[in-house]
Amino acid sequence: MAVMGKKKKKTLGAISTASLPDIVFMILFFFMVSTTMREVELLIELKGSDLPTATEIKKLEKKSLVSYIYVGKPLQQYQKTYGTEPKIQLNSSFAELSDIYEYILAERAERDEAEVPFMTTSLKVHKDTKMGIITDIKQELRKASALKINYSARQDMGY
Amino acid sequence: MAKRATPEINASSMADIAFLLLIFFLVTTTMDVDTGIQRQLPPIPENKDQKTDVEVNKRNIYLVLVNSRGNISVNQSWMDIDKLREDAKRFINCDRADDPTLPEMEEITVEGIKGPVKTSKGIISLQNDRGTTYGRYIEVQNELVAAYNEVRNEAARKYFNKPYDELNDEQQEAIRKIYPQRISEAEPKNYGGK
Repeated sequence: MAVMGKKKKKTLGAISTASLPDIVFMILFFFMVSTTMREVELLIELKGSDLPTATEIKKLEKKSLVSYIYVGKPLQQYQKTYGTEPKIQLNSSFAELSDIYEYILAERAERDEAEVPFMTTSLKVHKDTKMGIITDIKQELRKASALKINYSARQDMGY
Repeated sequence: MAKRATPEINASSMADIAFLLLIFFLVTTTMDVDTGIQRQLPPIPENKDQKTDVEVNKRNIYLVLVNSRGNISVNQSWMDIDKLREDAKRFINCDRADDPTLPEMEEITVEGIKGPVKTSKGIISLQNDRGTTYGRYIEVQNELVAAYNEVRNEAARKYFNKPYDELNDEQQEAIRKIYPQRISEAEPKNYGGK
């Protein structure tokens, strides 16, 4: 810069970075407010585009009262041990049908008693899964009397 | 005490710390909101010997079957998914004259709406095969829920001059009384193997 001083006497001062933290903090707060923590590490194939689409969807409210059941094909690295047939995932491990009852009871025990009637079970299922396993899950949920369910689906954009 | 000037803290690494936090949040959080179709499962009957199937007049049932190939039949005849919504609406709607092919109606009084209103006794029964794909099942569910929502919307406009979503809670309750969402998900039957 000193070389350029021949043409012009003025030198460009360094840009002040004092406000950089403020800007970054602003972005940080934006993300903290507008996003949610990822619930679990998925062991099955279930990208956002693998969920079925629907138009008559409702937002899931009160996330703290929602328990999730994931169903889909195991990821590539688990296919050796678990095969390629759709599996159920509860929390962060594979589970069998019979585990659902226990899972619902455990979820219920964590919540306040007054909140139990408002608990919802969200079924996040790959759209290519056969209904057989879903029907079995529904029967298990009925046994555990977790009757409020939510078929997770994306908004159909109309194409 | 000697008055010492507190040295100014170097804040240049503040940006780095903030960036670190920002990246942490970007990685561990997701933007998507959870959406889906809300459904209520029927409770398991307490007495097992009790006959679970309540006798319903045949004209009151709208039987939707989805087979393992995703084909839909309504009351024993094939139906295209594009036509399902209109057809279901015709079945649900009770703002009509009596028709022996459509469900029976009864008159009820609903709080918030003047005079007796007609409500139908129709039930939509949705049955699927174990081999039906989940995507297809949700598609059909969606059409049936859409049929209910459209009919409710029409009723809301008729009685309150507003779409259903803009009504207050009591008014929505009144509309729901006229058009209760009766979609029964029957226990599965194995029609054509896995």
